[in-house]
Amino acid sequence: MSSKTIDCCGLSCPEPVIQARKAMQEPGINELKVKVNATVARDNVSRTARQMGWQVDVEEQGEEFVLTLTR
Amino acid sequence: MKGKTTLITAGIIIGIITVALVILGNPANMGYCIACFLRDIAGGLGLHRAGVVQYLRPEIMGLVLGAFVTAILFREFKSTGGSGVILRFCLGAFMMMGALIFLGCPWRMILRLAGGDLNALVALPGYVFGIWVGVLFLRRGYTLGAAGSQPRLNGLVGPLLAVGLLILVIAAPAFIFFSEEGPGSMRAPLFAALLAGLLVGIIAQRTRFCTMGAVRDIILFRDFHLFSGIAGLFIAVLIGNLVTGAFTFGFLDQPVAHTDSLWNFLSMGIVGLAAVLAGGCPLRQLILSGEGNGDATATVIGLIFGAAVMHNFGWAGAPPGVPAGGQIMVVVVWVLLVGIGFAVTRQAMAESREKEKARQDVQSTQTG
Repeated sequence: MSSKTIDCCGLSCPEPVIQARKAMQEPGINELKVKVNATVARDNVSRTARQMGWQVDVEEQGEEFVLTLTR
Repeated sequence: MKGKTTLITAGIIIGIITVALVILGNPANMGYCIACFLRDIAGGLGLHRAGVVQYLRPEIMGLVLGAFVTAILFREFKSTGGSGVILRFCLGAFMMMGALIFLGCPWRMILRLAGGDLNALVALPGYVFGIWVGVLFLRRGYTLGAAGSQPRLNGLVGPLLAVGLLILVIAAPAFIFFSEEGPGSMRAPLFAALLAGLLVGIIAQRTRFCTMGAVRDIILFRDFHLFSGIAGLFIAVLIGNLVTGAFTFGFLDQPVAHTDSLWNFLSMGIVGLAAVLAGGCPLRQLILSGEGNGDATATVIGLIFGAAVMHNFGWAGAPPGVPAGGQIMVVVVWVLLVGIGFAVTRQAMAESREKEKARQDVQSTQTG
């Protein structure tokens, strides 16, 4: 039972998706916050997380999006 | 599922536009080809003097400006850059150098396939192979680093260049080259081509259409999202070609193509690998450039530079085959690309190990 935050701002796709998937597959993680600043990254990470059975909550913070992924 | 339906529809619409452009005058199986059109632009500007491929193709300007306007409307225009700029320029040049051996970008490969050109069927596994090699690097942490925000003008360079080229093609001053024969002389009417470019630019910006991403996501994640768009495009063009009688099945006598299978395979491999390392196929780079991504604009200028190199040195493929210089170039560029992949990945792996170690040290001091 732990959470983790990763910052993927400025990274071009598919790097945010790769990092998010890696973090979601770590043992014991059931909440993951992913920071991105592009709508493409937001959409791609959300789609992957949903495909992997996680819930996605998107919060817009100025120029950035914070995705909270939970399972 | 909703996303997939949108992408398939987008692919079909782009396919119809592509077939229409050939009917309106573009070369066969070349309703749309980003590599060919950028090569024609390089020629139109006189950066190379291959007389048969010189024209400032309005489709390209339309693509960038269509993406630009759409990005503004959807508040997605962002001036970004500063991520491996000069490496991206090189990757753009390499992508073009591979494409001009095969005679087409990945998009035209799909169009050639849909036109019955079996040489494209040899190039496709090459493209997939190149992407697979790129994915090996991505899995191990390959990254050109994070892009940051840039002065707004930096992001406007791509759209402004497009406006400049558009003015030049309309005004047609004497210093701009227009092919009088060959593929460069075959062109849809200027404003039809521009409109086609704008429409595809809008669609591609909204759907993130990318021929490399389609294959990459299947290899990396078993994700068929982007692939559905390519499937739609292929089917629409195939039907269009069958209806208009433009479908010719076989290896021989295909329009603007040659039958050197080995070089078709290896050159499209270059395009695939370079596209993964640069984060997008030539089309995607144009769209990103319209969205304010200065690094993508650098990649596009690299593509144009690559075209000039290929024709100035006489390395480009042509219907008779691939010249010896072009063959040597393919081998050298393969080595360079793998070298770039290794060097960048190695550094990224070392940095991530250091970061992980620092994190563990912090944890142990906290618990200890």
